[in-house]
Amino acid sequence: MRRPTDDSLFTRAALIAVTVGYVGLFLLLPLLIVFFSALEQGISAAFAALKDADAQSAIHLTLITAAIAVPLNAIFGICAAWAVAKYDFRGKSILTALIDLPFSVSPVIAGLIYVLVFGMQGWLGPWLRDHDIKIVFALPGIVLATMFVTFPFVARELIPLMADQGRDEEEAAVTLGASGFQTFLRVTLPNIKWGLLYGVLLCNARAMGEFGAVSVVSGHIRGLTDTMPLHVEVLYNDYQYVAAFAVASLLALLAIVTLILKSLLEWRYADEIAAVHRH
Amino acid sequence: MSLVVDGITRRFGAFEALKGVSFTAPQGAFVTLLGPSGSGKTTLLRILGGLEFPDSGSVRFADLNWLGVPARRRRAGFVFQHYALFRHMTVAKNIAFGLNVRPRRERPSRGDIKTRVEELLSLVQLESLGGRYPSQLSGGQRQRVALARALAIEPRMLLLDEPFGALDAKVRKDLRGWLRQLHERMGITTIFVTHDQEEAFALADLVAVMNAGRIEQYGPSSDVRQKPRTPFVADFLEQPAAAPR
Repeated sequence: MRRPTDDSLFTRAALIAVTVGYVGLFLLLPLLIVFFSALEQGISAAFAALKDADAQSAIHLTLITAAIAVPLNAIFGICAAWAVAKYDFRGKSILTALIDLPFSVSPVIAGLIYVLVFGMQGWLGPWLRDHDIKIVFALPGIVLATMFVTFPFVARELIPLMADQGRDEEEAAVTLGASGFQTFLRVTLPNIKWGLLYGVLLCNARAMGEFGAVSVVSGHIRGLTDTMPLHVEVLYNDYQYVAAFAVASLLALLAIVTLILKSLLEWRYADEIAAVHRH
Repeated sequence: MSLVVDGITRRFGAFEALKGVSFTAPQGAFVTLLGPSGSGKTTLLRILGGLEFPDSGSVRFADLNWLGVPARRRRAGFVFQHYALFRHMTVAKNIAFGLNVRPRRERPSRGDIKTRVEELLSLVQLESLGGRYPSQLSGGQRQRVALARALAIEPRMLLLDEPFGALDAKVRKDLRGWLRQLHERMGITTIFVTHDQEEAFALADLVAVMNAGRIEQYGPSSDVRQKPRTPFVADFLEQPAAAPR
């Protein structure tokens, strides 16, 4: 059946061809090259590269960073989305714009501000040194930089969702005798759980992959403050291509697993997701 | 146990939503607040439900300083214009909500809750739909679920905010008759907000006509209809009922 809005066969074919070509050339092909390069000298060489002590330390550091930054940003994201979506207050639009700031600021600058505040020459540097607290060139700095960069993901996902759902259901819950916490747990959270999960997955993918901001605060101490993306660069600059691509493959795999997880959940719970969005 | 509302004022920024509203209603009365949009009727209802607070004035109900009781302890069943059903819960879970959130020692047993939900489902004539989700119901069915949910907590007061406003004319009429019968059976003090005068007079014992934050006239529905006391009431009642939104 032909609808009046249908484009001509040529337009359709051209658009599809352009999209497939673009995705294939700029997304899929480089990804495949990463995997192929990692396996160039056989699978055992790739695994050996991952078992290297520095690589292991980088993997641990990345996982620890994500394990701290993602839950914190999930909580902050829920708070921010709640405040913006459900309350009216002065300066709300400025706050909303500020939440987006990490998307528009270069990650390098995000890293730099922490160096300027917490670094040796920074505002708090001498005080921190006197109290023997290490932030820059250590785990806390890496976590802070990662949190800065990944802050918007959960909040951005939840704000339109919560604004769209309004406060009716929460008010109904309160009139039925629910406490504030019961209302959150039984009404608000179930209504936002899919958006929250999606935001957390994106946040996690970015937290594990962040390069620029972390690069500035990490100090590149091998085996100590190198995360996986930084370690890939170090290996590559050392001409250890197989090792570099092996670590890169693992990083890419983490991202792919994240995507598959998300698609699986969407497929498995399609009915429930539709029910939450319909009204 | 009568309801005494005295000198309620409420201001939103520069807008005076309520400019000193007082009325009393005997226990078990059916009162409608009738007026155009912006007249303050919904604000007054939300104050009675504990979802909004007045700047001044007092409310006494059930021998209590009603405004000092937090919303969750008022047991004021509230029915919203757009249903406000919990969309991720089945109909049965929606109705059981008010019982399930009670502290453990006041909470009925699982079996008692189930029985109570079934009673309420049959009361609102939706026996077979306990397992459905709200999105799978029609508007009229949803509003009956909302009413069953409000009744589940054995409300001391029933507050309805244009509950039939989003329904078509035929369903409105059916539900109206049904709600009136329900009220006669249960005798819960009921406040019903509407801008539809036909609905107001068909349902209520007492009608309060509101305009610009004040009650223009309050009394038995036949009195209000036959003897409008102010030009506004006369004018408002002469207009045909507004089309359902």
